[in-house]
Amino acid sequence: MRIFDPHIHMTSRTTDDYEAMAAAGIELIVEPAFWLGQPRTNIGSFIDYFDGLIGWERFRAEQFGVSHHCTMGLNPKEANDEALAREVLALLPRYLAKDRVVAIGEIGFDSMTRAEEYAFQAQMELAVEHDLPALVHTPHRDKAYGTQRSIEIALASGISPDRVIIDHNNELTFQYVRDAGCWAGFTIYPETKMDEHRLVRIVAEHGMEKTIVNSAADWGRSDPLKVPRTVQALREADFSDADISTLVWDNPVAFFSQSGRLELTDEHGPADPSATFAGNSVLRGAREEG
Amino acid sequence: MTQLQERPLAIALDARLDAAGRAWLAAARYEVTNDEDAIARIFPAVGRHVGRGPLDATADRADVHAWTLDDAARTLLLVALGDGAAKELPLLYRHGDGAERRGVLRALAYLTLDDAVGVPLVEDALRTNDVRIVAAAMGPYAIEKLDDAAIEQAVLKCVFVGVPLDAIEGLPERVTPELSAMLARFVHERVAAGRTVPADVWPVIDRHPPTTELAEIEAELDQPVTERRLAAQAALSARAANQG
Repeated sequence: MRIFDPHIHMTSRTTDDYEAMAAAGIELIVEPAFWLGQPRTNIGSFIDYFDGLIGWERFRAEQFGVSHHCTMGLNPKEANDEALAREVLALLPRYLAKDRVVAIGEIGFDSMTRAEEYAFQAQMELAVEHDLPALVHTPHRDKAYGTQRSIEIALASGISPDRVIIDHNNELTFQYVRDAGCWAGFTIYPETKMDEHRLVRIVAEHGMEKTIVNSAADWGRSDPLKVPRTVQALREADFSDADISTLVWDNPVAFFSQSGRLELTDEHGPADPSATFAGNSVLRGAREEG
Repeated sequence: MTQLQERPLAIALDARLDAAGRAWLAAARYEVTNDEDAIARIFPAVGRHVGRGPLDATADRADVHAWTLDDAARTLLLVALGDGAAKELPLLYRHGDGAERRGVLRALAYLTLDDAVGVPLVEDALRTNDVRIVAAAMGPYAIEKLDDAAIEQAVLKCVFVGVPLDAIEGLPERVTPELSAMLARFVHERVAAGRTVPADVWPVIDRHPPTTELAEIEAELDQPVTERRLAAQAALSARAANQG
């Protein structure tokens, strides 16, 4: 079964993860731009991070046969450093134009501040201007209200609801998202946001329309194999392969194809394990070098 | 700088584009001619509109020296920028992905530029180990602009990362006795490790045959270690084939 993890922060993961993901059937990923666990303090750190998402990380993934795409955006936490946020917003158009940038994101709310709202609105305008879908993160605290407000702000930009994913839903929030006509993302975490068995109950009851599953694995306690584990849980619950495939491949492909920048067929040929990127070889010791 | 003319490139590209690609490129060239700032948005999008295949339809896709359709289109766009290119080039390179950086490097020989703008980009590219970027950096611009020491290091870099030397135009005229000796020492190192040597180092070494280093490689033929002896035999027969 072809598997697409449409939200995973590979910059924080190891080559062991890439190897395990490829072995589990993950062939396509989207890495949303996010924060690093601590705030950046200058624009250069954002530039280097964005360069990494379209450069080194894409190259690293290719070595394992995983096709890497990304979203670009200013995350809600760092939107609160208002001076720096203005600089990042001015920088973003350059990166929104890149190949394999399939949405603007993660944007949205963390603490529901005015600064977060400003950056969210500004980036929804950029999404419309650059004809890109939007990936919206929802807050951990006061989640139901935060989700409703996020939908309101996203759609106020005039973007079609079909082009918006509201992510990190739970049993109580996803109905708001469906009712608004947006796509609902479910993040399968080891303990917190959602687990694969709860997800099975939700799709058994409500179907899979405009529904997406991801691992959102990052530098915290998380699991890059949560999408394949969800496939397993769905099989155990007697879902057909065709249904499972809708959830873990067809749906995210349909959503991100709206960017016109999802590269499904490998135009670059097979991964070249002897290649190096900017002085680094991922497969150390495997290369023919003096 | 012996500036290259873009017309042959434009003709070759035109022959490979479909109507949509041709129309997009014409509009893009017009747009950047009238609005320099448009290049930041247009430059990354080139591959999506003109394709990424080889410019010469018969070229081997694995040939890192072969120009691609997007390389050629990016060069034409930078030429269209005119005087604006000097300001935009470092930014396009700095914020570019691999394909954009390659496009900037390929274009250098077609632009009117101060050395202070173009040479640092070539130097940066030669610090990477990405074969596509190193190959694009080793074009006519680098061959003309880099000093002897930089050419020597660049050629060694090519050998180490696997960029073929024989397709680098103008290289034979830039080979110094020091570069011949350096490559011969590289061959000796490889032979002593019982490893193979790319055949295209020999024309460079034999441009100024370094007596001492060649004698050291020949002495490896008498080595008691079989791997070293065999590696020396293979290397020296590649040399003989090149001379024949």
